[in-house]
Amino acid sequence: MIKRALLMATAMSTAGFMGANAAQAEDLTLCWAAWDPANALVELSKEFEAESGHTMNFEFVPWPNFADRMLNELNSGGKLCDLLIGDSQWIGGGAENGHYVKLNDFFEAENISMDDFAPATVYAYSTWPKGTPNYYALPAMGDANGWFYRKDWFENEDIRAAYMEETGQELREPESQQELMQIAKFFQEREIDGQTRYGVSIFTERGSEGITMGATGALYAWGFKYENEPGSYDMAGAVNSPEAVEALEFYKELYECCTPPGYTDAYMEQSLDAFKSGQVAMAMNWFAFFPGLYADPNTGGDKIDFFVNPPQNVAASTLGGQGISVVAYSDKQDAALEYIKWFAQPDVQAKWWELGGYSAHNSVLQGDGFEESAPFAGDFLVAMDGVQDFWQEPAYAELLLAMQKRLHDYIVADQGTAQEALDKLIEDWTEVFEDEGKL
Amino acid sequence: MTDTAIDKIAQRTPTRVARKVRGLSDRAIAWLFVGPTIFLLLAINIFPLIWTVYLSFTNFRANRPNREVEWVGLRNYERILTDSDIWLNMQATAHFLFWTIVFQVLIGFALAYLINKKFRGNDLWTTIIVLPMMLSPAVVGNFWTFLYQPQIGLFNYIIAFFIGADPSSFEMIGSVTLAPWSIVIVDTWMWTPFVMLICLAGLRSIPDYIYEAAEIDRASKWRQFWTITVPMVLPFLMLAVLFRGIENFKMFDLVVQLTGGGPGSITELASINLKREAFEKWRTGYSSAYAIILFVTVFGLASIYVKALNKVKER
Repeated sequence: MIKRALLMATAMSTAGFMGANAAQAEDLTLCWAAWDPANALVELSKEFEAESGHTMNFEFVPWPNFADRMLNELNSGGKLCDLLIGDSQWIGGGAENGHYVKLNDFFEAENISMDDFAPATVYAYSTWPKGTPNYYALPAMGDANGWFYRKDWFENEDIRAAYMEETGQELREPESQQELMQIAKFFQEREIDGQTRYGVSIFTERGSEGITMGATGALYAWGFKYENEPGSYDMAGAVNSPEAVEALEFYKELYECCTPPGYTDAYMEQSLDAFKSGQVAMAMNWFAFFPGLYADPNTGGDKIDFFVNPPQNVAASTLGGQGISVVAYSDKQDAALEYIKWFAQPDVQAKWWELGGYSAHNSVLQGDGFEESAPFAGDFLVAMDGVQDFWQEPAYAELLLAMQKRLHDYIVADQGTAQEALDKLIEDWTEVFEDEGKL
Repeated sequence: MTDTAIDKIAQRTPTRVARKVRGLSDRAIAWLFVGPTIFLLLAINIFPLIWTVYLSFTNFRANRPNREVEWVGLRNYERILTDSDIWLNMQATAHFLFWTIVFQVLIGFALAYLINKKFRGNDLWTTIIVLPMMLSPAVVGNFWTFLYQPQIGLFNYIIAFFIGADPSSFEMIGSVTLAPWSIVIVDTWMWTPFVMLICLAGLRSIPDYIYEAAEIDRASKWRQFWTITVPMVLPFLMLAVLFRGIENFKMFDLVVQLTGGGPGSITELASINLKREAFEKWRTGYSSAYAIILFVTVFGLASIYVKALNKVKER
């Protein structure tokens, strides 16, 4: 009997070992956008490779093609990605169309608690239907749209005096959207160090999501809501409220008054270029880029500082960031889950932040000295407290393209009024929700 | 291969096979050769076309294969034909089509007329002129976005030099007024050489003795141009218009690279809009109807045009 038990134990341990060996042989592919944090993740994942024996491959797609490429991959049931760090807006489609593995059982088995992550990120990146305890992703990269500016210009005594003379106010980080425009107007076409400078670089891109992500920064600050009641799809009066109209008119004026010439189709790259080349005094972009901006030898360091999207009626920022999901079509789901388990560890999350990724783990965000760990860390915390996201419905792509069209038509192409743009947007969205059977 | 070699292969063919082949009629052998091509044609062209027609009457979405497909009748067609935004896309397409053809025909013919004259460096100039059409549309679109850049773009500097304005005072691809012309200019730059080559073929096909006879009759150069050159080149020109018309009706890559359909939707041609509906919004049924409407339009216009072309040829 003892002999049999020993044999069984030996067989089981051998099987376990072989299983572990088999797991070590896995080649995992993680898909994400090609940007600075992705490079940090490659560095971070080397530890996972060393610990687990798995090999990590990466498929990074440039942002303008990221959604197209990845959504096509998911829709076709492709096996390219075992792990996908997908945009927050994809969570509805990922869940409802069966692209993402539901992670509840896994989290429970591995003692991974969503309470350990910032609530806003769990809500935005992980849950579907929104706010319910159904998790399809682990918050991987917290992000929001923020601002940065030329601190050296803002501190220059001559410039400060000129600003005071022109506006009667101190030149400082803007505390409202209107103040931001006032500062932008002041810098527009101003000669500094013998060169013509401009006010701001903002998002105006038409093809993917740019102008929507930019303009919602103003819309949310004015108190924009997608629905009168959450989940009702009742949009009239919310989407086209007087505040929304005012916000859109503001964004158009900001584009017209204060951007560099030819700034009609600009998103992340163009915003970074405009700032790094010294063209603009202020720029909007995702927090994800801030470590790189701070490290820039020409315009970083003591020449740059950061601020949260200024409030107008309310304090709010446009949400960026992503959660990490296991793709349902992957043949290597066990190894992929192993990666998520490893990634969720507090010490890995701490290293993630150190390398330039934006951890959403409470142990990092609430850790001692987090706010002082980087010049933008405090702003990041403030921003994440007031983030709002676009629709996360399965039909998000249609909803987004409609908004891209209506906003670009009004803001850049100067067609119609803000009221008409928002009214038409409601018509477009109503049609989409009718097709979806939700209206 | 020599006859002897063929004979050797024939000898090696198993008798059973040889008998079977010998037993086939000419018609059967013809089908044997044509069959695979017909099968491929049906599989690659005809079946997708029929399938597209079917899909155009449904609410199918390729990104939701599990969703129930409903028969929606003519609703997709009705939506498209009553959508004012789509008519704006059609207008943008018509503007692009009309002006690119006008400019390419005029400039292409003029260049062909000049190149047809014998002068030193003729071959070199022909090669230089045809260079643009050898480039990839994506590359052309990309570098013209730099040329059109208001702050550093060469195009703006050249125009500003002539009109005495500041180069950054106008935006070719960012302005609602200028953007439709910016895509016309680039397409004309790229494809005029194609029209030129076709016209050149037409000009070189005119026998010299016709001009010699006209000279003897003391016809002026002007009269020779209008009564000999133009009528004899006209079928070639019409062919060039047909090719360019079909190509530009489905223009996509160049314009996407250049303006992305913007600003707003000012340069969003029908093909760009169709791509967005089909592969970004994934409204497969709706975009199938859209594609059928475009197909019928092109097919109808091309048929009428080909009839006119044949009439001109018969003259």
